[in-house]
Amino acid sequence: MVTSYNGEVLRVNLTERIINTEPLDMEKAVKYIGGRGLGTRMLLDEGCATVEPLSPENKLIYITGPMTGTAVPTGGRYMVVTKSPLTGMIACSNSGGVWGAMLKYAGWDAIVVEGKADAPVYLEINDHEVTLHDASDLWGKKSLETESILKERHTGYSVLNIGPAGENQALLAAIMNDGDRAAGRSGVGAVMGSKNLKAIVVKASKTQIDPHDADALRTAAVDCIKKLRANGVTGEGLPTFGTAVLVNIINNIGAMPTKNWQESYYPEADSFSGETMKDTSLVKNHACHRCPIGCGRVVKLQDGNVVGGPEYEPLWAYGANCGNSDLDSINKANEVCNEMGLDAISTPCTIAAAMELYEKGLITDEDCHGVPLKWGSKEAIVTWTEWMGLGSNPLAKLMADGSYRLCEHYGVPELSMSVKKQEIPAYDARAIQGIGITYATSNRGGCHVRGYMISPEVLGLPEQLDRETVEGKAQWAKIFQDLTSVIDSMGMCLFSSFALGAPEYAALLNAGTGTNYDVNGLLEVGDRIYNLERMFNKAAGMKPEDDRLPKRIAEDEIVNGPSKGMSSKIKLTLPQYYEARGWKDAFPTEETLKRLGLEDLI
Amino acid sequence: MIEVRLFATFREGREKIIFVDYMPGMTGYDIIEPLGIKEEEIAIFLINGRHSKAGAVLNDGSVLALFPPVGGG
Ligand code: SF4
Repeated sequence: MVTSYNGEVLRVNLTERIINTEPLDMEKAVKYIGGRGLGTRMLLDEGCATVEPLSPENKLIYITGPMTGTAVPTGGRYMVVTKSPLTGMIACSNSGGVWGAMLKYAGWDAIVVEGKADAPVYLEINDHEVTLHDASDLWGKKSLETESILKERHTGYSVLNIGPAGENQALLAAIMNDGDRAAGRSGVGAVMGSKNLKAIVVKASKTQIDPHDADALRTAAVDCIKKLRANGVTGEGLPTFGTAVLVNIINNIGAMPTKNWQESYYPEADSFSGETMKDTSLVKNHACHRCPIGCGRVVKLQDGNVVGGPEYEPLWAYGANCGNSDLDSINKANEVCNEMGLDAISTPCTIAAAMELYEKGLITDEDCHGVPLKWGSKEAIVTWTEWMGLGSNPLAKLMADGSYRLCEHYGVPELSMSVKKQEIPAYDARAIQGIGITYATSNRGGCHVRGYMISPEVLGLPEQLDRETVEGKAQWAKIFQDLTSVIDSMGMCLFSSFALGAPEYAALLNAGTGTNYDVNGLLEVGDRIYNLERMFNKAAGMKPEDDRLPKRIAEDEIVNGPSKGMSSKIKLTLPQYYEARGWKDAFPTEETLKRLGLEDLI
Repeated sequence: MIEVRLFATFREGREKIIFVDYMPGMTGYDIIEPLGIKEEEIAIFLINGRHSKAGAVLNDGSVLALFPPVGGG
């Protein structure tokens, strides 16, 4: 018998206000694990690849993995899977906190939300008692205020919600849970807003999940916890400095995109580094459910407020990428993202693009409503984030739909540093060749966590690769993407992979669910999931040219810093990558689909 | 002159940036030993932004950046 799953899916039709229970398709669960993999298969089978993302026909799937809620370290995650209104392709955004584990303890593996409510509602889940409530009094409220009202009303519940950005269906809207945790990317918050669904509150009486082999899972989990504690990154680096520790590393190798990627080294970067944050504004760490790492930051603003602190990506994006070296303004802008429910990567990247448009005279002072989009303006990063969330003026509304639509509006789409219309994060792919492959080929658009090649190419984990060369990078990128697909589907945090490898994940999954994977078998599941996502995108209308880096990265050389003169070798590596994947013109061949058990998609 | 930049826990009890006089033939060891940093404590050893090792020979004007095991984002 397969366990670690509840075996039940909640289906909520908002149009009809009908709530149903369905059995989890166990055959699919075994084949696609859960989370990202199973969620994508369910979405595809629901017929959502061809729907309008913000129409009632799109569905919103909140889905846990088999490890979610178990004793496995970092096993507290859930995924939001839907068709993205930002990219028009698969959206799959991951979040921690406790909400995912709570959903699992309440007896559900997933929630499928469909249709559209005729007025704002929120969903209450108390084990198997599920109720829709009127949310008109909550509509318009910021995320944290919504959470505190709902927590007062529903004692002991964990709260997931959208802020004003989601309500406005801004394409950069995130879904927030447990304060500052976010399923941030690809506009999943806009889909929730389009359904008039403000929040989902969950409470559970159960506090554990029954695995297939409890003893084996305990042994495997203890082994993993030991490895996470002993590892320099997960045992010391991330707990002490958070992901912000990357600021100085990435800048010192000359791979920190600056002023919308016009430059690649920012001399003042140490002023917003993890080290500086620790010395000046850090209050404490914050850990998600069952996580021994605790990379989350809690920081104190200069105005005295204590708030969730920024990760490396917003530090970079509101910092170097906006030409700004003031940490307090970054902490504040990050907090505004959380309050508004905005993607804290794409939002500042879009502000950076707007600053370049202002520099070039395309955005005028008149458009700026008294807050000019000048490089390095502390006021601009905070105020424009808020305006984007609220949709306060025409330019802010346009910016809230991301840098691609913004730059296209001004006739210069090439200034949007995005792939598939989603902004690329914090590592210059001209200085680090492998990450460029994963940026270009990420199924959800510009993203660093779909194959974090920074690990081998910069951090030397599991082994040091030369960041400037291309040999073997296509194969590495594929393996990283496949393993990441597995981790995201199991319901674990990707950061565990600094200390754990495929053998550990196989041991956990086997003990938890009764499968019998070896390393190759496990990676093949990841390969299947990656190909499945690609086939979703194909059905959604993706074209081979969508696997493209922006011109500035693909064609221009780095102009300053330690990596000056370096350029992207993507023209060389992309064909190598397609060959490694068994793809032709960006899509799987028939043979590849058959090999992976995806013949029904031919 | 060699510029030595220290990061993360290497900053505890030390300056963030240290300048060391250049001597022909000197290697990374000549820098880290007086600082009391052991080679095996260093996860990332950069010379002018390129990954390198403590045994590497330095040039006048080299910029070193030293990191203990840290993490990702
Ligand atoms: S490593 Fe960080 S993001 Fe991942 S589960 Fe732990 S606290 Fe959450």
